[in-house]
Amino acid sequence: MSETLATPPQTNEADGRAPLARPEIVLHGIRERPSGWLAWLTTTDHKRIGLMYLFATFIFFILGGVEALLIRLQLAWSNNTLIDGTTYNGLVALHGTTMVFLFVVPILAGFGNYLVPLMIGARDMAFPKLNALSFWLLLFGGIAFYVSLFFEPPAAGWTSYAPLSDDAYLPGTGIDSWIILIHLTGLSSLVGAINFVATIHNMRARGMGFGRMPLFVWTILIYSYLLILALPSVAAAVTMLLTDRNFGTGFFDVTRGGDPVLWQHLFWFFGHPEVYIMVLPAMGMISEILPVFARKPIFGYKAIAASTAAIGFLSMLVWAHHMFTTPTATVVLAFFMLSSFVIAVPTGIKIFNWIATLWAGSITFATPLLYAVGFVGLFVIGGISGVMMAIFPVDWQLHDTYFIVAHLHYVLFGGSVFGIFAGLYYWYPKMSGRMYSEALGKLSFWVMFVGFNLTFLVQHSAGLSGMPRRIYYYPESAGWEGYNIASTIGSYLLGIGVLITAYNLVRNLKKGRRAGNDPWHANTLEWFTQSPPPENNFDVVPRIRSVEPMKDIRREVAERTGRPAGSIAQPVA
Amino acid sequence: MPRGSLLRAIAVGVVLSVIGVVIALAIDWFPVQASTAAEDIDLLWDVLLIVSVPIFILVMAVAVYSVVRFRVRPGDTGDGEPIHGNTRLEVVWVAIPFVIVALLSVYGWIVLDDIEAKDPQAMVVNVTGQQFAWRFQYPQAGGPPIESNDLVLPLGRQVEFNIRASDVIHSFWVPAFRMKQDAVPGIVTATRVTPTKAGSFPLVCAELCGIGHSTMRQTVRVVPEGQFTAWVGRQRQGLAGAPGDELAAGRELFRQQGCAGCHTLAEAGAQAATGPPLDGLTEVAEKRNPRQSLEEYIRDSIVAPKALVVRGYSPEGMPANYGERLSEQEIDTLVRYLASASASSTGDPPR
Repeated sequence: MSETLATPPQTNEADGRAPLARPEIVLHGIRERPSGWLAWLTTTDHKRIGLMYLFATFIFFILGGVEALLIRLQLAWSNNTLIDGTTYNGLVALHGTTMVFLFVVPILAGFGNYLVPLMIGARDMAFPKLNALSFWLLLFGGIAFYVSLFFEPPAAGWTSYAPLSDDAYLPGTGIDSWIILIHLTGLSSLVGAINFVATIHNMRARGMGFGRMPLFVWTILIYSYLLILALPSVAAAVTMLLTDRNFGTGFFDVTRGGDPVLWQHLFWFFGHPEVYIMVLPAMGMISEILPVFARKPIFGYKAIAASTAAIGFLSMLVWAHHMFTTPTATVVLAFFMLSSFVIAVPTGIKIFNWIATLWAGSITFATPLLYAVGFVGLFVIGGISGVMMAIFPVDWQLHDTYFIVAHLHYVLFGGSVFGIFAGLYYWYPKMSGRMYSEALGKLSFWVMFVGFNLTFLVQHSAGLSGMPRRIYYYPESAGWEGYNIASTIGSYLLGIGVLITAYNLVRNLKKGRRAGNDPWHANTLEWFTQSPPPENNFDVVPRIRSVEPMKDIRREVAERTGRPAGSIAQPVA
Repeated sequence: MPRGSLLRAIAVGVVLSVIGVVIALAIDWFPVQASTAAEDIDLLWDVLLIVSVPIFILVMAVAVYSVVRFRVRPGDTGDGEPIHGNTRLEVVWVAIPFVIVALLSVYGWIVLDDIEAKDPQAMVVNVTGQQFAWRFQYPQAGGPPIESNDLVLPLGRQVEFNIRASDVIHSFWVPAFRMKQDAVPGIVTATRVTPTKAGSFPLVCAELCGIGHSTMRQTVRVVPEGQFTAWVGRQRQGLAGAPGDELAAGRELFRQQGCAGCHTLAEAGAQAATGPPLDGLTEVAEKRNPRQSLEEYIRDSIVAPKALVVRGYSPEGMPANYGERLSEQEIDTLVRYLASASASSTGDPPR
């Protein structure tokens, strides 16, 4: 293998003014390639689809963030009358739904789309057209949902508990548009998940057995299986709700023999795997990023891969811990207490292995590393508060309070979103071909980290002292004003931190320093190709001999040339 | 391998853990403790803190130590140590958390058993949640049950709450008792509490139940046994004397049915702002439909509120099922009460 600089293959395009003497090749039956925005609309390239996913979901992230900041503004003071109850309940439902269904789950699908084929040395996903379908279903699901803003937004939280979500109590169209969102984004995820499974099982490079597959690909595989197993349950539930609301059935209506608790079982049977669907791929990103910036192999590759599978399996068995105050037989509660405890063990394995990866490393403090280490710290807090609530005598006090709000944000924001930001910074050079500003990246991290903890740490205390969630107003005598003012200030800091990242990433699309193929001296195959990768990804794919193919290549180059290998490019065919 | 320095990091972690545990135990996390269950649960919570604070601090101490100690020095381009894993360590950090969670779940189960222990002398109180108020019923041996909007409990006697919901799901929660139980339509749920402290404590709805969810707050009063018996006596007399005073009966219905949770009405001392104010209805009715009498306007607003939504208020705020929930006679009483109460005040109501 030689160390060459990548140059795009020279192409001669006929411009119509070529001399007649030149030989001419005429092609029939080949459609002209669309260009400009039409190329984006009609693309089936997994990288373009991945980028569209990232862009669209980031817009939804900003929308959900604005909703959160309005919520925080209303809660900052006691007896606040800035936002009325109807609007507030709408904001709560919009914020939760947007963040779960239109941001975290699909942005992870976006990363998976972009990265999985590159990481396993494939040319594209197994079904490129289905892949495009996933994206468009997601986008139209989001639009169908946000159109409800012009009529009446849904107002029953992101969980839409029946019978509050029934037409007798919320007759407006908001809940119906929420149902359509669940169906469209659900189909999008299902189609995407099948695509991931087919791609990962069938299209890995020569030599890449399951024991040499990058850990991010492992998490996307489990993410996909969980989606396939969990989505039918919520699809059934929202279909029943749709017919209850519009066609006179009574699945959740007691007066007609229905049962409101059925909704909760069907919803959470999906809802808890969904939590791990949102966090596993972020964990996969951390498992990719830590070894690169510690310049050290990942500690316990097999343990981390196995714990991913174990978490996936156990996550199907813990759903009723969301229902500890719903009428349920005690022995059933005991089972769910046990299973919720047990799932902490594989999660702990990951944390310990990550810290062992940092141990005795040679750690570079680049922005992705900061976010990754931030993830580990915040996720430990979210994990511990999760274990506390698994003990259901304690959960009787904590359930449906701000303690839960704090816990779920430590897991989903401190966990997933910090992971996603680590991933955004880590793969930005690959996706854009440019470097972001390291100073702005670090500034963004610290502002987000401080803002996040200020926002959510105090919410534990608010919840413990009795503040229920989803209230738009509280009396001064409750004594929660101090917590809430701190939380509101923190949330605006957090918002500023996110905007700094958005500015950093958008500005450097054109202005950033050129990144080269492998600015991080990373381990996995996506760094073997150019940045951004050409449409066919790879001209040649090396045979895989370990979890760290790029390290193998660098070592070989160093041995043959007698000097350390810098940024290596694939040889151009 | 700098083993000595790891030991130092752990030593620092242990010292910080002790400090952390002391601080965590010193902080008063919960509201006042007012039931036997609260004592058990608070103890369980303290044990959880004693276990989890050191885990957090030790893990973070090692993590922070690694990040600081092994940061790359300027000019260093070498790799970290090529360690791929260590099976013995993996076994250790699977086993330790497993043992911890196993012990905690056994302890949790013991606490649960203790809390749920039944006292045959327990007093039954029926609780009904509705949009947006709680109502209470005290069954009486050999007589009609006492209906009340106030929850009054005797000190030191176990109470069995049988909880129902008449519309959507609510959640019955007294933070000072540390117990919470959902009220689900069609199901009677039960929970037991033994109050240990006299005083007034907030009772709140913990499950989103609609637009007035935030205002669904009442008070539970725990009084000594003697006072409780006196209160029961007064309620019984009140029951006997009620039909004579129609205004009082109307006011009672107004509070009982949760109207006060959303509306302002000076006569009843109601000051909520989720729904439109009910003072000065004469003018409002006149303005909105001159061909209708005040009584007809009030009746329609109660029975079919969707047709008469006041601008600026949500059409979902007012429960639509009062027509079915109340008897014909109760509606008459309520309409007459509202007509007279609202006429007595012209009120320039705040929005």
